[in-house]
Amino acid sequence: MKRIAIILLLIPKIIWAQEPTGKEILEKIDKNLVSKSTITTSRMIIHGVRQTRTIEAKTWGIGDEKAFTEYLAPAREKGTKMLKLEDKLWIYSPGSDRTIQISGHMLRQSLMGSDLSYEDMMENAKLLENYDAGVIGSEVIEKRDCWIVELQAKTAEVNYQIRKIWADKNRFIPLKEELYAKSGKLLKRMELLDITKIDNRWYPKKIIFKDMLKTGDGTEFIIDDIKFDQQIPEYYFSKASLKK
Amino acid sequence: MIRFLFKGLLRDRNRSLLPVIVVTAGVALTVLMHCYFTGILGDSIEFAAKYSSGHVKIMTRAYAENKDQMPNDLALLGASELISNLHSDYPTMEFVQRINFSGLLDSPDENGETKKQGMVSGMAVDLLSKNSKEIERLNLEGALRKGRFPEMPNEVLLSDELAGKLEVRPGDQVTLITSTMYGGMSIQNFVVAGTIEFGVEFMDRSGMVADITGIQNAMDMYDACGEILGFLGSKNYDDIVAMNVEKTFNDKYSDPNDEFSPVMVRLKNENLLSGYFEFVDSFVGIIIAVFILAMSIVLWNTGLIGGLRRYGEIGVRLAIGEGKGHIYRSMIYEAILIGIVGSFFGTLIGLGFSYWLQETGINIGDMMKNSKMMMPSVFRANITTPAYYLGFIPGLFSVVLGTMLSGIGIYRRKTAQLFKELET
Repeated sequence: MKRIAIILLLIPKIIWAQEPTGKEILEKIDKNLVSKSTITTSRMIIHGVRQTRTIEAKTWGIGDEKAFTEYLAPAREKGTKMLKLEDKLWIYSPGSDRTIQISGHMLRQSLMGSDLSYEDMMENAKLLENYDAGVIGSEVIEKRDCWIVELQAKTAEVNYQIRKIWADKNRFIPLKEELYAKSGKLLKRMELLDITKIDNRWYPKKIIFKDMLKTGDGTEFIIDDIKFDQQIPEYYFSKASLKK
Repeated sequence: MIRFLFKGLLRDRNRSLLPVIVVTAGVALTVLMHCYFTGILGDSIEFAAKYSSGHVKIMTRAYAENKDQMPNDLALLGASELISNLHSDYPTMEFVQRINFSGLLDSPDENGETKKQGMVSGMAVDLLSKNSKEIERLNLEGALRKGRFPEMPNEVLLSDELAGKLEVRPGDQVTLITSTMYGGMSIQNFVVAGTIEFGVEFMDRSGMVADITGIQNAMDMYDACGEILGFLGSKNYDDIVAMNVEKTFNDKYSDPNDEFSPVMVRLKNENLLSGYFEFVDSFVGIIIAVFILAMSIVLWNTGLIGGLRRYGEIGVRLAIGEGKGHIYRSMIYEAILIGIVGSFFGTLIGLGFSYWLQETGINIGDMMKNSKMMMPSVFRANITTPAYYLGFIPGLFSVVLGTMLSGIGIYRRKTAQLFKELET
């Protein structure tokens, strides 16, 4: 009887010991989402107040530091190219034949009218570098058990001071994320759907972004094709490639 | 009786000249003050009407709710058809399309790379149509500093300060980076046709004036505009007429259940201006009331002095048997006559000065150099109907009141002491 009582007393401790830390969860998420390089073909469906637009793009990326995007459709956006090199962003517009560096206040503007901003695009995907993470509970999302991880910014320079991530307990992939201002005001919400196993990693093929301060029904980001760890020639990531 | 009193006024100038001069001066000042204050405050309202609100403004219901954010994604579609309908519904009014926008203006170096960038706050108006009055309405001719007006849709006017900041001159290219009506990114080249200076810091810091077709093209707003401004046929804003236009338009075109249906807002109902209108009404009222009160006291005093100066004359008239009531009444009639004559000349002089101020105005441009408010730099008087009769209130009533009060003394005088008083 005494032995049973001891075992019962130890159960919560055993369960506690099984709960990963916020840092561990984020490291496992990074294994799924972060890769050496990616080539992605995607569609962005923007549900505006008046109409829905679909923007098609192809992106070549190396880690978080370098990304080159070429917009393929619709006609008005076709040929527009974007180059990100660390914290700098250039846009080339074929209509004006100009390469413009986007900086300062303009980075907070909407990306092609979507619910994402240029700053969101520039963000470092490795959250542990900028945030302290802690598990604050668990919840069932889309019939899957999730850890709720709260991230508090280490510096004031990040776009969102507080983040909450609902991470699948088994697949270690976020199913939902909320981004908050320092005041606690909810700024953006993301839902990650169609979690698919690609090249031995779990990856969302559809993300719904909602800017909570904007009217409209949000933006769907659909990945039609993604290839990980591909060799990408260095010339993609030069300003000269924008005009090609 | 009146003829007799009038002759008395003309022939005995010692008795009448000073009161008439005082009444004339007081009334002239009252009329001038009224016209000047009405003009200043009216000019500020008219300035706001020309630049931002019109006498009436048409927007979509959704745009109207967020108009401070310039939400061009909620703009009016089918603007030309709506304007055509407006012209047939209100033939005496003028309607113009406007787009307010903001973005980043980029000037390139010789390699086409970014040389300088600056935030821009722009206004797109009809600069190119033959019959457009926008250049005159916005006083762009007076504001032009360098270059010329745009002759093509891709030419723009930049504020002199912004042009200096971007290191561009007339003839140089700049690139506007902004959002299309549907939220997409718009990067469009424009040529700087000229530079302007409004004299208002807010507009001179980052202002840009472009032709509406150029901006419609850049922002994917074909046959769309943020706002349609309507101007009444009269020179100045008439709230009663505007209210009628607002009501008939909204009854006909606006649907409360459709956020994209047009809604008309008259100048007085504009967010910032409604309070200003109340302020103008009460401010003009208070200023005029205070001035009339002050003038009344001065003129009342004139009546009193007149009564006292004629102490001896009244004594003689009483001594020769004229009734006290008759003397009192004749003094009041005289005061009425002095009031009417003084008010008439005072109103004439006041209206004359007001007319001069209405036509030439007072230029306060130098004092407005660091102003952040959208205000006109020349203030003018405005002669309104009340200016023709307003001066008669202090001119007539105060001098009569003064005489009535001083005349009471007549009844206190005793016949038995009259000769004794006259001897001294």
